[in-house]
Amino acid sequence: MDAPENRTRNGIRVDLQLIADMVEPQTRVLDVGCGDGALLEHLLRVKKVDGRGMELSQAGVNACVASGLSVIQGDADTDLGHYPADAFDYVILSQTLPATRSPRAVLEQMLRVGKRAIVSFPNFAHWQVRLRLLFGGHMPQTDALPHRWYDTPNIHLCTIDDFRELCAEMGVVVERALALDRRGHIISGLPLPMANLIGEQGLFLLRRK
Amino acid sequence: MDTALSEPQSSVATAGATAAVRQALAACEHVVLGPLKLDCGVTLDRYRVAYRTWGKLNAEKSNAVLICHALTMDQFVAGMHPVTGKPGWGETLVGPGRPIDPERYFIICANVLGGCMGSTGPLDIDPRTGELYNLSFPVVTIRDMVRAQAALVDHLGIETLFCVTGGSMGGMLVLQWAALYPERVFSAVPIATAARHSAQNIAFHEVGRQAIMADPDWHGGNYAAHGTRPARGLAVARMAAHITYLSETALQRKFGRQLQNRDALGFGFDADFQVESYLHHQGRSFVERFDANAYLYITRAMDYFDLAEAYGGTLATAFRGTPTRFCLISFTSDWLFPTAESRDIVRALNAVAANVSFVEIESDKGHDAFLLDEPEMFRTLSGFLRGAGNARGLRP
Repeated sequence: MDAPENRTRNGIRVDLQLIADMVEPQTRVLDVGCGDGALLEHLLRVKKVDGRGMELSQAGVNACVASGLSVIQGDADTDLGHYPADAFDYVILSQTLPATRSPRAVLEQMLRVGKRAIVSFPNFAHWQVRLRLLFGGHMPQTDALPHRWYDTPNIHLCTIDDFRELCAEMGVVVERALALDRRGHIISGLPLPMANLIGEQGLFLLRRK
Repeated sequence: MDTALSEPQSSVATAGATAAVRQALAACEHVVLGPLKLDCGVTLDRYRVAYRTWGKLNAEKSNAVLICHALTMDQFVAGMHPVTGKPGWGETLVGPGRPIDPERYFIICANVLGGCMGSTGPLDIDPRTGELYNLSFPVVTIRDMVRAQAALVDHLGIETLFCVTGGSMGGMLVLQWAALYPERVFSAVPIATAARHSAQNIAFHEVGRQAIMADPDWHGGNYAAHGTRPARGLAVARMAAHITYLSETALQRKFGRQLQNRDALGFGFDADFQVESYLHHQGRSFVERFDANAYLYITRAMDYFDLAEAYGGTLATAFRGTPTRFCLISFTSDWLFPTAESRDIVRALNAVAANVSFVEIESDKGHDAFLLDEPEMFRTLSGFLRGAGNARGLRP
């Protein structure tokens, strides 16, 4: 991870800011894997959303609730099923998709529970990743993928192109697709195939057809 | 049956009540309300609710917090308890600089219907007969208790409570409040509780009740007329229940196998072990402040609690469309009201997309943790109330 000063804008990480930019004000939002609640807090304050969070780590949940956020302990793989359809305008999954057991099922649930889904994930086809595996012969460790192979939470890594393909297969509409650099800034003016090579992270705004 | 019971003409102060209760009543506001149609079909024409308040109601009447007490607790949350002479049961929770601060909130706590600290219960005189109710007092439910509290809140001129909170049985009342009066509960914090009393918990309660009823001094509940009290039975009930409020770890840490005032086993049945002596003390001190018949009635109310039952068996239905903000709290070592029970409630609330937070707190102190100085519980509660306060427009 970079030093926070490299990655913050308005007090939150740039990639979280980009997610926040996709959210319309005064909507209902569920942030799955909300961590310490930074994005949720920002959405509440700036976008006046009706925001809820779900977080796997109990310590994260307790910290969120103690700071006044509505958060429950829960698992994206198992607990999204408890919500009714269309309960939210947006369901957000930031940097958590590769850590889920069934990413496809999680996406389906997100788009059942929410009218739109916002998903960000590290891109395994980034050129640095490719080079490190090709020439280093080791599992790649990069800014977006900082863990070693034996302690990574990521069990379903994918590339930006893989994700697009899954969306097409699921009949999901991609409203926006962004490739982000290591600081979480949008890489603009990229031809589509280049995003998969240059983007360190993918950020997608999805909706049902 | 729909028997009308008229006004409680004689207060417990003149009946066969203990000096302790007389003291409690003197230290306490109370109001006579009614009528109240109970779930069992009986109507109480008039009933008394004894309560205490702290802090001031603001001009908007938007800062009222109702605290619901647990089985053997009462309205004396903070300050000196008039009966025991000890600090109130919620002193760490309520007070200046505490999560529920009278500087900020108007705090209400009322003795439950069927209780023995001044609210109408089996200790009262039945106005139809002029005799003590004892076991002829109608069996009340958690919902009856909540309806009685709602009438008190009406009496205090409050439409919507900013928060209703409580632990254990108090948590049951919180859930019932939210289900029965969703528009009147801005936020709800049920702690260490369940939406229905489990078979195991009913079983423990039955052990306690049988202990009371097996005491020859109980006299079918008419002990006042015999000038006795089933102190031994009630003490045994308390001892058994007290074990369920702790955890094995806590008991082991506190007592282990240490002997009480002796160096070797006594080869007899005195309290050889410290843990025995501790339980005896718990039993003894409990009978000083609690009434045996009230214990029967209140444990029964808990046993009968099954919130989903009135909603076709689906808990989520009880909360459909709820505007209330919920925060559930459970404790890892609580085996009386384990975390799974709170999770069931969270799932039901999620199913209706309610605004819910849920925190499980690491503690080895068992069910009693909710009454103890648990900094993480206080942080959770303070944070949740701050968030809810912002939403309610309370001044920070």
